[in-house]
Amino acid sequence: MSFPDIYARYDAAEASANGGASSEGKSLLRRVSKLVAAVGTAAALALSATACGSTSTESSSSSSGSSKEGKGIALAYDVGGRGDQSFNDAAYAGFEKARKDFGIGGEDVEPSDGESDADKVQRLTDLARQGYNPVIGVGFAYAPAVKEAAEKFPKTTFGLIDDETVKGENIANLVFSEEQGSYLAGVAAAKATKSKVVGFVGGVEVPLIKKFEAGFVQGVKDTDPSVKVRTQYLTQPPDMGGFSKPDLGKEAARGQLDSDADVLYHAAGLAGQGVIEAVAAKDKWVIGVDSDQYKQKTLDKYKDSILTSMTKDVSGAVYNLVKSVHEGEPKTGVVRFDLKTDGVGLSDSNPAFAEMTEIQDAVKKAREGIVNGDIKVKTTP
Amino acid sequence: MKKFDKDRLILALGGPALAIVVAVALTSVVLIASGRSPVEPYALMAEYAAHSDIQVLIVNQAATYYLAALAVAIGFRMNLFNIGVDGQYRLAAMVAALVGASVTLPGPLHILLILVVAMLVGAFWAGIAGILKTTRGVSEVVSTIMLNSIATSVVAYLILPAQFGEQRGNNLTTGEIPESGWFPGIELGAAGEIYGFVVVAALCGVLYWLVLNRTRFGFDLRATGAGESAAIASGVDAKRMVLTSMLISGAVAGLAGMPILLGDAHTYSLDFPAGLGFTGITIALLGRNHPVGIALGALLIAFLDKASATLDYNGYEKEIAMIMQGMIVMAVVISYEAVRRYGLRRQQQKVGEELAAAAAATDGTGPENRKEVSA
Repeated sequence: MSFPDIYARYDAAEASANGGASSEGKSLLRRVSKLVAAVGTAAALALSATACGSTSTESSSSSSGSSKEGKGIALAYDVGGRGDQSFNDAAYAGFEKARKDFGIGGEDVEPSDGESDADKVQRLTDLARQGYNPVIGVGFAYAPAVKEAAEKFPKTTFGLIDDETVKGENIANLVFSEEQGSYLAGVAAAKATKSKVVGFVGGVEVPLIKKFEAGFVQGVKDTDPSVKVRTQYLTQPPDMGGFSKPDLGKEAARGQLDSDADVLYHAAGLAGQGVIEAVAAKDKWVIGVDSDQYKQKTLDKYKDSILTSMTKDVSGAVYNLVKSVHEGEPKTGVVRFDLKTDGVGLSDSNPAFAEMTEIQDAVKKAREGIVNGDIKVKTTP
Repeated sequence: MKKFDKDRLILALGGPALAIVVAVALTSVVLIASGRSPVEPYALMAEYAAHSDIQVLIVNQAATYYLAALAVAIGFRMNLFNIGVDGQYRLAAMVAALVGASVTLPGPLHILLILVVAMLVGAFWAGIAGILKTTRGVSEVVSTIMLNSIATSVVAYLILPAQFGEQRGNNLTTGEIPESGWFPGIELGAAGEIYGFVVVAALCGVLYWLVLNRTRFGFDLRATGAGESAAIASGVDAKRMVLTSMLISGAVAGLAGMPILLGDAHTYSLDFPAGLGFTGITIALLGRNHPVGIALGALLIAFLDKASATLDYNGYEKEIAMIMQGMIVMAVVISYEAVRRYGLRRQQQKVGEELAAAAAATDGTGPENRKEVSA
């Protein structure tokens, strides 16, 4: 390095160090007071600007002037958003169907990374203000935001999926008994296994997915206590990659297959595709989740390995809520989707599965047991 | 010798300004390429950001970003790349929330306790990387990235109901901090509430500037960052500096989660914002590690974050703002290098001119001098 270069570097470092301020120390106090003044001015400017401007809620009524009715449905996703081949996509499917059937408009909005409750409140407020009704928060993360927004817009119906801790007169809590459907998946797995080892691959280790695990494990053990269940989660929050990265699912599934598991149940959204792929490669059984994965086009190659799927009717839940609002009798309060209401269930679109009479009988019996209350399924493992 | 000259100012402002212009231009190219208006999204965002409630969101978010970026900047000044701010603030916020929820103290004490816990935990987590570096020579880039993952697991473990967490519906929380532990905000009526922590963040910026530029420690830190061997030669204990600055960086990182924790959420739950540490890196780069620069950078990124929400409602994708953030990061790196080279060339030119002038002067006066001598 030549001499001027070093000089320049040092100088640049100096410059960025004190932003061109004198290092000869004219007067410490003066510098400090200048900085404080600058910060203070900036803050004051920000505050005064804030105080002057109208809020988005106030100004909208004049600018957009849209009517409060008939703008359609609004869906606000949680992290992950559309394209997860699972939960969010199911909500979107219900949203699309409702839009078509009722001929109404709609808006679906994704979150940004690292946002807080305040951003979610703003999103729901924006949507309600624009006249969307119902406004649906997809995922429990929307609970505090729905509560706040619902108070601001009492005439708008708010849907909240997967949470029943937040209540309100215009809030419909759409909750599912995933453990019940998973119990049936466990029964089917315990009956179908030859190696007496089955596996569970969960996407992200959150209470919601643990409900799947709890039901599945209980279903397996109640059917055949000698069957071992290997449980694995792909990631832990806030790393939501376990719902979206098929390579993680593939890796985990391979590990379980290598340790003798021959029926795998996944609750891992898009990452579950990796599970299905790995299982299909070994010609073992896999149980899908959320929607009937035997029928999914993207999984056509592997469908012969998909024994069945534990269906969770998010799509129907969204559709029915929209329908109730559209018909002028909006649903409110807790709306539970379980085996009794067919909100969750076990699909039998794979003909091979439909023909396994012994399994079908066991599943049917378990289903009846759960519906009439003889079998209580745990929600935590 | 006047150091606050025009050149300096141009060089200091040129980089960020060039970066933003380039980023806007490139984003417009992307917009044109996808057949959209290259101007309308900016107009929409500006209009949306004119609303007072959006401004409150921007200022609040900027305070959070500011603290994260300061934490990163402290490392940068020391030539340490603390990528672990993300893990540090999450772990700190989680533990602080736990402690905050389990005690009841009079207001200021309660808040102080939460802050101290957060800073200690953040410093502890960063300190691990510091110790690994000073004793085993492990690069802090590698160790802090790994510590991020470990922090994720530790938080996931601690928040289980079997340990310290509470399950609420499908969410896990640390329990709510009693009201005495809430940091009072600046109420603005319908527009919302500005976190009181915005003021704390600004004070941290002042403190950062003071410590770096007006203390022996700050000088040692900058010297070590600029040239470690030279600093060692002049009597600076470089290892101690590495460890200390990691600890301070971590302590500030620990504060990054506090605006949200004490001002809004009052609990650490599964949906506590993640990824602030990485945004902090962008902002520290953008702000050139200068407290005012970082503040402007934080406001800019927060503006892009919040104002972009309106794009979704107007037929654009809000990811446009993300493209712009990405472009800014790239443009920042390139334009700083460009500006640095420009400055270098100017300096060389100047030195060359001065030397030439001096040489000319010597040449001119030389013979006369000799004459004088001979005479």
